[in-house]
Amino acid sequence: MDKKVIVKLEDFEKNYDEKIVIKDLNLEVYEGEFLTLLGSSGCGKTTILRCISGLELPTKGKIYLDNEDVTFTEPQKRNVNTIFQNYALFPFMSVKDNVTFGLKMKKVDEKEIEKRVSNMIKLVHLEGYENRKPKELSGGEQQRVSIIRGLINNPRVLLLDEPLSALDLKLRKKMQIELKHLQKKLGITFIYVTHDQDEALSMSDRIVVLNKGKIEQIGTPLEVYENPKSEYVANFLGEANIFKGKVIKNEDNKSIIETDNKEFITVVGNYPIDSKLSVVVRPENIKLSKTERKMNCIKGVIKDEIYDGSVTKLIIKTENETIKQLTIGNDRQFRENDEVFMYWTLDDCVIIGSAKDEKK
Amino acid sequence: MKKNNYLRAIFVFPLIIYALFLIALPLLYIFIISFFKSDSYGGMIEELTLMNYIDLFDVVYVKIFLQSFLVAIITTIICVLIAYPFVLAVCHKSKKTQKIFMTIVMLPFLTNSLIRMYGWIVLLRKSGIINEVLLRLNIIESPLSLMYNFGAIIVGMVYTLLPFMLLPLYSSVSTINKSLLEASYDLGASKFKTFKNIILPQTIPGLFNGALMVFTPALGYFFIVDILGGGKIMILGNLIKNQFLTARNWPFGAAISMFLIFITFLLILVYKKLGGKMDDLGGA
Repeated sequence: MDKKVIVKLEDFEKNYDEKIVIKDLNLEVYEGEFLTLLGSSGCGKTTILRCISGLELPTKGKIYLDNEDVTFTEPQKRNVNTIFQNYALFPFMSVKDNVTFGLKMKKVDEKEIEKRVSNMIKLVHLEGYENRKPKELSGGEQQRVSIIRGLINNPRVLLLDEPLSALDLKLRKKMQIELKHLQKKLGITFIYVTHDQDEALSMSDRIVVLNKGKIEQIGTPLEVYENPKSEYVANFLGEANIFKGKVIKNEDNKSIIETDNKEFITVVGNYPIDSKLSVVVRPENIKLSKTERKMNCIKGVIKDEIYDGSVTKLIIKTENETIKQLTIGNDRQFRENDEVFMYWTLDDCVIIGSAKDEKK
Repeated sequence: MKKNNYLRAIFVFPLIIYALFLIALPLLYIFIISFFKSDSYGGMIEELTLMNYIDLFDVVYVKIFLQSFLVAIITTIICVLIAYPFVLAVCHKSKKTQKIFMTIVMLPFLTNSLIRMYGWIVLLRKSGIINEVLLRLNIIESPLSLMYNFGAIIVGMVYTLLPFMLLPLYSSVSTINKSLLEASYDLGASKFKTFKNIILPQTIPGLFNGALMVFTPALGYFFIVDILGGGKIMILGNLIKNQFLTARNWPFGAAISMFLIFITFLLILVYKKLGGKMDDLGGA
């Protein structure tokens, strides 16, 4: 791997009052990447961020920044900056004073400060707002101020703690794009914490999916979405139909699984007979037909349709289970209470091995 | 709507009566008599004069004013120096610990302040507890005179007035969002710089409110000076009391009282000139 590691967590552990929040976590963040820590609330993602910034200390383990052990270094002395969820702008200071605070603390030359401030203000299109107080700005503007307040210090890593969660959907989408552009343009490493899977998928170079203080999977957005390693990941990122069953037959690099609901699913790969497997099929990969297909086909009745603009979600019931299906566009042939055959191709099956997916 | 207004009037009425008859009218009375002449038998002659105010500038009284200001300023400064570190330390603790600490601090003030002053006598007098302990430990050879001096007055003042500094300061420090401090550390500011640049500017209203609540009474709490000062030292409060009760020169006592009110107004004016808001004073 020729990518340079900029932040490294080694055997990282954090407890609060005897309660283990994060256990044995190892993570490497590469220079210049946009890494997202994704997980539901309480999974420890913010704690990791706070330990990297130095605002909290880990219970065990080491944190390296540029190969230097900074585990116990004060936050003031770490070349990282944090963007807080509530922006944490200093209310009695103007936009400009807020943005220049870090440079003033480091006693940077006045001229240099002026130059950098006007660059930063331009970068996020806040010209003319320099002398306003934070409360005279909208939420999105405040967030931009807080972002350049961090960026102006040229940090090695910018830590962002759910920075967009307080904004409304439209603004959030816009800021996502802005942030991503900013990160690409400046080449600064971003470590981004969010619980919003869409945000993670659309912005990140790599996603770290966390669950109960442990890493479930690390990978590019494509990898974690298309090839989830666990049920948790499959469910957390997007929607998933998960079929569990046992392999009953394998030949010609194909295995047939009998699910707990007595359905038969064919997947690619020679899996040992009787091994237990879970198969993930994404709702958008399920197609509907009036006639039965040879392979990977299940019969059901449409119980519910949820219209969502560009897509429609169908809830289809079989005898024992509920399957979610997504139809793109609005030219649907099937309506509520229709009987349909659901089918999908071999490529659309993702196997998460409950018993390790050793391919023989 | 209308009914509501009647109801409101009924609730507000007692307060208006209270403010009118117990605050506004007596003040007006004091204001008016401060321009009257006094006769030598303790009566008042209803003839307008500015003599009482001119008398304020007599050397004897100016000395007392300066002395009172000294007491008040030192008391205020010491109260700030005690209250600020305490509040800063407590505010970082959990909500429960904060409550416990504040309750412990406030507990003594549920008892009568006069009684507490007599308590200080037990501590400070020649055969008092402090001297006894120091003698027994052979730290001193003869008892120290801790009472009836300037220091004892300051001790009494600080002790009595500390909560008036603590409470406004506590409420203004505790409203500062913790993430602002973290942002400050994150941006490279040391603890001291964070205090100077982030905490202090936001607690100015609380600080001033506290200072006002300490400074003004410190000019007037005559009983502390009487009990712990042993009559050697006089402050504005003693002067006013003496004029009303001993010298029976009500017009002059009234003039000194007006002067005291004037000083308080002046302080608030300075605060407003410096950009402070009255709302912050009330809210803190």
